[in-house]
Amino acid sequence: MSGGAPPGPEATSAALRARSLGKRYGSFPALDRIDLEIPAGQFVLLLGPNGAGKSTLLRLFATLIRPTSGEVLIHGAPAAGEEAAGLRRRIGLLSHHTFLYDHLTGRENLLFYARLYGLPDPGRAARDALRAVGLEERSEDLVRTYSRGMQQRLAIARASLHAPDILLLDEPFTGLDREATDRLQDNLRRAREARRTCVMATHDFAAGVPLADRVVILRAGRVALDRAAAGLDAAAVETLFRNTTRPVAEGVERSWTT
Amino acid sequence: MDYLKTVALVAGKDLRTELRSRDQVVTLLFFALLVLVVFNFAFDFTVIDFVTLGAGVLWVAFIFSGVLALSHSFQIEREEERIQGILLAPIDRSAFYLGKVLATILFMSVVEAILVPVSVLMFNYHFSAQVGLAILVLILNTIGFAAVGTLFSAMTTRTRRSELLLPLLLFPAAVPVALAAVKTTSHVLAGRPFERYASWLALSAAYDLIFLSAAVLLFDFVLEE
Repeated sequence: MSGGAPPGPEATSAALRARSLGKRYGSFPALDRIDLEIPAGQFVLLLGPNGAGKSTLLRLFATLIRPTSGEVLIHGAPAAGEEAAGLRRRIGLLSHHTFLYDHLTGRENLLFYARLYGLPDPGRAARDALRAVGLEERSEDLVRTYSRGMQQRLAIARASLHAPDILLLDEPFTGLDREATDRLQDNLRRAREARRTCVMATHDFAAGVPLADRVVILRAGRVALDRAAAGLDAAAVETLFRNTTRPVAEGVERSWTT
Repeated sequence: MDYLKTVALVAGKDLRTELRSRDQVVTLLFFALLVLVVFNFAFDFTVIDFVTLGAGVLWVAFIFSGVLALSHSFQIEREEERIQGILLAPIDRSAFYLGKVLATILFMSVVEAILVPVSVLMFNYHFSAQVGLAILVLILNTIGFAAVGTLFSAMTTRTRRSELLLPLLLFPAAVPVALAAVKTTSHVLAGRPFERYASWLALSAAYDLIFLSAAVLLFDFVLEE
């Protein structure tokens, strides 16, 4: 991750808070009365079967969509309304989609985002971010010539370019080979050491659990389990996940077969 | 970041990516030239005066190539979910809309800048129009078409059949600007006095103002899921 000031005195307050948060897509309730408080500097592993509401929760935290009910608070400020644009400056989002333009070079992509964020020295920010992810030598090549792993490293640089103190990660390991996964883990470990607040949705227990301070499991749009990750390894979390989500999975299976 | 800088940044990014990929520019130009060639063969322009049909021929080419540019404009943002990267930035989202409008205007202007002289040569038209007024007519109507088209392109791009929905929604909404464009261009080509088509030009200007203002106010909601 690129540099930037870690969270300061507000480190003891909640960086993210969901208050009775709900989101419906038509008649489908993607999230239902979620109450969650994530202290600054905490690394939260967000788990759940497909359709449990993980991506929706992350997009609500990112202010990309508006809740149907309840509210999101970012560092105590409501994420809706006129303050949203300012709050977005504190958020970085990394997903399995890179948000990068194939026909721009790596440097041009970062320059575009740096300017979009109004960074004072976009050229320097882009250079530093490229160095941090080890892509300096390929900076003038078009992104479409990058491997999937390189694109994801550039996406990390993009997400952390403006030194956000909240990182939201939506399935960031998808499609990465072992080496790229290790690199991404290293980057995330550094973010954790810098006491950035991270919320990561993933199905990759082995990659996610070693980073986590806390595990939250969603099921059918609700929080089914919320506990500290201390003392848990990937196998233990997988067992917890299976036990917590089994009834719904069986229910879905039943509805498909009948 | 300054609002206008964001507009220029988004438009510049679109131009750079499109010029590098070249697919879009080449497709637009060939499509528009093909329209001219087809009309040239379809009508005997030694009998029919270009002033009578020329405006219609030109605007068919401009509008259809504009639709191609518009459908591609937001498609590129949907791929790899790039739109989320834009929406995450601390910018006024209407600046993103205006950047897209500006890029579409520039693409259409390139097509117009090539097609107008080509059609003058192809149809053996003795250019008697006032160049300044002709440019004003092209600019006003291109802005109107790009403004309404970009709004509908953003609205339809998330749907599965966006290529079908965009023209279905766009063409009825673009009827006033299309009519005004053809009428004013026809008058300009014939070299008629300004008073004869001033009201059509006023309609184009009002259309631009209404759609640009409405889109700037509504664009945040258009991008909502």
